[in-house]
Amino acid sequence: MKIVVGEGSCGIAAGAEKVRQALAQQDLNGATLTIAGCVGMCYLEPIVDIYEDGKELKRLVRVTENDAQKIAEYTQTGDESAIESLLVSDEDKQFLEKQTRIALRRCGIINPDELSDFLEADGYTALKKVVCEMTPEQVIDVIKTSGLAGRGGAGFPTWFKWNAARQSEGEEKYLICNADEGDPGAFMDRAVIESDPHTLIEGMLIGAYAIGAKNAVVYVRAEYPLAIKRLERAIEQATAAGYLGDNIFGTDFSCKMTIKAGAGAFVCGEETALIESLEGHRGMPRLKPPFPAQSGYWRKPSNINNVETFANVSWIINNGGEAFAAMGTEGSKGTKVFAVTGKVKRSGLVEIPMGKTLRDVIFDIGGGMKGDKAFKAVQMGGPSGGCIPADLIDTVIDYKALGATGAIMGSGGMVVMDESTCMVGMAKFFLDFTAKESCGKCIHCRIGTKRMLEILTRITEGNGQPGDVELLEELCYGIKDGALCGLGQTAPNPVLTTIKYFRDEYEAHINDKKCPSGECSALIEYSIDADKCRGCTLCARNCPVGAISGTVKNPHTIDVNKCIKCGKCLQSCRFGAVVKR
Amino acid sequence: MNERVDLDLINPVLDELAQVKGSLITILQKTQDIYGYLPKDAIVRISERTGIAESEIMGVATFYTQFRLTPVGKYLIMLCQGTACHVNSSELILQTIKDELGIEDGETTEDGLFSLKCVACLGCCSLSPVMMINENTYGSLTPEKTKKILKELREAE
Repeated sequence: MKIVVGEGSCGIAAGAEKVRQALAQQDLNGATLTIAGCVGMCYLEPIVDIYEDGKELKRLVRVTENDAQKIAEYTQTGDESAIESLLVSDEDKQFLEKQTRIALRRCGIINPDELSDFLEADGYTALKKVVCEMTPEQVIDVIKTSGLAGRGGAGFPTWFKWNAARQSEGEEKYLICNADEGDPGAFMDRAVIESDPHTLIEGMLIGAYAIGAKNAVVYVRAEYPLAIKRLERAIEQATAAGYLGDNIFGTDFSCKMTIKAGAGAFVCGEETALIESLEGHRGMPRLKPPFPAQSGYWRKPSNINNVETFANVSWIINNGGEAFAAMGTEGSKGTKVFAVTGKVKRSGLVEIPMGKTLRDVIFDIGGGMKGDKAFKAVQMGGPSGGCIPADLIDTVIDYKALGATGAIMGSGGMVVMDESTCMVGMAKFFLDFTAKESCGKCIHCRIGTKRMLEILTRITEGNGQPGDVELLEELCYGIKDGALCGLGQTAPNPVLTTIKYFRDEYEAHINDKKCPSGECSALIEYSIDADKCRGCTLCARNCPVGAISGTVKNPHTIDVNKCIKCGKCLQSCRFGAVVKR
Repeated sequence: MNERVDLDLINPVLDELAQVKGSLITILQKTQDIYGYLPKDAIVRISERTGIAESEIMGVATFYTQFRLTPVGKYLIMLCQGTACHVNSSELILQTIKDELGIEDGETTEDGLFSLKCVACLGCCSLSPVMMINENTYGSLTPEKTKKILKELREAE
């Protein structure tokens, strides 16, 4: 029997390490206790899997340290009733069963710290096939057939970039992995690195072989310490076992791999800014052309791909380009991993073939809206993306189809919103982010994002003027035209899509000084429903500015002039008497 | 502010990396790991050993959000400002922390125990709202849970 505790960052944050420590204290009747990475069923963490020969996997969810005894009992007696309350429901099983896992195929199953687990799961067989039986041109051809496109968000054909780097002259070339994953709301890459780091290494080595690079670098964002730790260990193991370093599999192909940590800059997700950062500079993008394939890291030919892109490579080599291309749509092949979060019931990682719809992800796999509230919009593509409204829920997941809505596929972040989210507030949220993250090099982005933020702030504070929406639109198109890099060029997207689909909310804020969602504190008012108020005085006692008056057992009132709209009264009231409008 | 620090502590880092091109950010990260922040004197020393102008080093140190030019408290609270956390009321948690500790974003408590920093997405979106305190991640935060975590850390002193 093998007991596996899921320990990705989310699992650990939910208490998985404590669960494992509690299990280690128990007599487990000889069962092996080990860890795996993240299976992506984040809403059910901590997760403990029990493997037994000849029996179906038993997945225990929302496990706490106090459950260790029950699990120990099961190992001793085999009596399922001991763990019945912890078993994953048939409904929740559907979350995974409805997915098609390629990039995430080993995540949450193997132990990321054990090379042997990876090897047993066909690890490094694709690399062997590539370096022993294929030429770089043949590798590029297979990737071309597969239709694999950049999973970082740009969706550019991967084979084309590899080929361009291959064609560039010179011995000194670099294969770089962009593991900066800066989009707020996205954690697909983190899951891959924490759960199956060797898959990334293998994909990168195949890419290095294809382009003719002897050096590979992974640029991981600073905010992912566990991912960096696990990847460092995997690189050590791979090097010791000969999968990295000189004469891999006894061939002429040699390649070294290093990790460089980012230091907290969203713009470093842009490939030329990433290169500047690798070179120890401020992460400011370069003008393209020349492209990295011709002049990249240290001005040498370089190829940069996202983690998820590389995670698909070994599967494609082993199963063939046609098999990957058999999934998806005409223009978008294979699968895509999404990080589905926000107001959805089942939050986690969803990998599905392109061609499914947003409805499939949010309502079918995602289980629909928390609290059964109405679906309002889904934000895709982070600060470069846009908000897709309810009437477009059947949009097909395809680069072009999503692009047509004004949003983008993006790296995979999908934040689901309900009626309580203010869309003007969302636009402001994203501009706040991009204005802070702007590197400052070009005027359009540096000043443009700031001006847009100022206008949006005025609108959410009740100081919007007629003409503000038109001014925002003018700024948006100007910035898109003039900005130097992708950050600036796409920063207007959240504003443009929210204006396109939720113009009425902008107008309510500007003309009526009202926030329909009740989120913008300057435009809402707290009051007490005298019929429901029991005069318990709890709200008055919690009010930080003494704005609530009333005597015990009598209805209380809020002085709106003193009220700072912190919401403490609403939180404190146990009778639903506090109203936010 | 120019505190005196023991500059010998970064000699091993500089011995290894000062002459390796492209290492500035790594050097600054290791320096910050040692002192908890980037002391001015350390920046001068790094400039001397690497040959990179102090102004350029300061340019890099002020560009990236990870670097701090002033010391932080024993516990650095990093509150996630990501989209999912925002949608799930991270603002409320921010207010709770501010009220409990009496500090604003970027400040440290008088007793030097806690510092607060609002940071970009930590990537634990399914557990939103999320904060990290030093290396540890805390998710599914509520105002009550947040107060409890801070109280426990304070009591452990």
